[in-house]
Amino acid sequence: MSAKQPMSAPDPVKASGVPPAPSATATQEISLHPAASVPASAPAPKGQPKVEIRRLSFFYGKFQALHDVDLDIQDRQITAFIGPSGCGKSTLLRTLNRIYELYPGQRATGRILLGGSNLLDREGDVSLLRARVGMVFQKPTPFPMSVQDNISFGVGLYEKLSRGEMEERVQWALEKAALWSEVKDKLRQDGTALSGGQQQRLCIARAVAVKPEVLLLDEPASALDPISTQKIEQLLSELRKEYTIAIVTHNMQQAARVSDYTAFMYLGRIVEFGDTKTMFTKPAHQQTEEYITGRFG
Amino acid sequence: MKLYVRRRLVNRLALSLSVLATAFGLFWLAWLLWTLFDNGLRWINLRLFTESTPPPGSQGGLANALVGSGILTIAGVAIGAPAGVLAGTYLAEFGRTSRLGAAVRFVNDILLSAPSIIVGVFIYALIVLPTGHFSGWAGAAALALIVLPVVVRTTENMMRLVPDSLREAAAALGAPMWKVTLRVVYRSALPGIMTGVLLGMARISGETAPLLFTALNNQFWSTDMTRPFPNLPTVIFQFAMSPYEDWQHLAWAAALLITVTILAINIVARVLLRRSRA
Repeated sequence: MSAKQPMSAPDPVKASGVPPAPSATATQEISLHPAASVPASAPAPKGQPKVEIRRLSFFYGKFQALHDVDLDIQDRQITAFIGPSGCGKSTLLRTLNRIYELYPGQRATGRILLGGSNLLDREGDVSLLRARVGMVFQKPTPFPMSVQDNISFGVGLYEKLSRGEMEERVQWALEKAALWSEVKDKLRQDGTALSGGQQQRLCIARAVAVKPEVLLLDEPASALDPISTQKIEQLLSELRKEYTIAIVTHNMQQAARVSDYTAFMYLGRIVEFGDTKTMFTKPAHQQTEEYITGRFG
Repeated sequence: MKLYVRRRLVNRLALSLSVLATAFGLFWLAWLLWTLFDNGLRWINLRLFTESTPPPGSQGGLANALVGSGILTIAGVAIGAPAGVLAGTYLAEFGRTSRLGAAVRFVNDILLSAPSIIVGVFIYALIVLPTGHFSGWAGAAALALIVLPVVVRTTENMMRLVPDSLREAAAALGAPMWKVTLRVVYRSALPGIMTGVLLGMARISGETAPLLFTALNNQFWSTDMTRPFPNLPTVIFQFAMSPYEDWQHLAWAAALLITVTILAINIVARVLLRRSRA
């Protein structure tokens, strides 16, 4: 589509802090998501935004789950989404690789720019998008095949590798996911036979093996024990050097521990977005403070 | 306290009633098996497997009917099961919410409960009348039509049991829908689908009504599917009703063989399913 150029053109304007052009419905909402207008919580534009979300709305049939979300996800940083159940944080994550398209009746409006082009553009190839934006889910989802095949499944969709190259890639991905030493003798065993924590790291390895640019994690540790959780968190801080990471979590401490930026969401809107330290020490909004301290949500 | 005593009494009463009901069901089943073994076992011998069905008053076996039934059953499954698996896949993966899916599901349920004799008459009109004679192929077609809805139903159910999170995980890697189905969903559901096929096989290996109108029977050794085809159920039907004692004995033996075969298929299906759940 030739519309890519004009579509990406207005972004520098928005990114530079000029408030977005208010629409009829957005006027009252602006006070609710002042990420751009409140200096205290605005992210210092350290790096470059990897993903730029602009006026994103999302609908489950008639129900609107996201309202005009604007957000920048910084390159090679960890951005955490927090908020009470049903606030739309998982929904937001699921728009970033268009996984919601599996279900009829779910749709998104607005724009999400990845490397300058709108990934919501229907003409865009969804497989190629998902090669660039990997995802790990709440419950570990190993495929019913060997550890090795679990990883080569995704890789084989995009690259024709020789046996040796594939084995190298599998090892590389498993090392990235800090799982290699535990499974190097079990590569032919069924992936579903691993422990829960190992399964989740296998899923991370599987996503990393495709060499994406962005990793989406939807409560990746909520089904795991504390030790496995700790391993996943260590892994994230390691992966952050090379990947842009967006993580949804229910666990406030986890958000504070692992993320560089935090977005607090409520009722389908971003209430506050800023660097994690500020968010957890001097939140600009009372609602954020109440949620973070556990008084609401 | 009184309430508690009452509750315990009611519990005991309900428990003993259900045990009684179970015993009632099992009793008839046990009796049936006992009768079969009691009457059939003594006629089981080597000749059963080497000689064809005899004319009245002479010695013989069931070899032609055994092989014929095997061929008919396998042909029926070979025709019906692939179509059933594909239709079940459509229902579970692609037509979940569509109107066509709902219609197919409804029609399939009707076919599932259709009396098998209707299926026989249908194939009789469709194949036997135009070709002018009974044939093995007509028998296989009738059996296939009985296997089909069983396999459609079990395939859909088993594929529905595969959690959506697995489909999402494969799709999130960028796999297209058909690859997700082929490489991930089938892989998870395979033992269940196989079980469905086996249960369908067990179901048709004893069907008689649809064969009476289609394959009929053949007293002689034959593997020509274009001619009337030997099979066990019709042998049992003809021999058991006959006045000749030799034939009646063979009918008992045949009945026992069919029952044991179906029992075996069912056990294999169960083991297969259990192993996949473990």
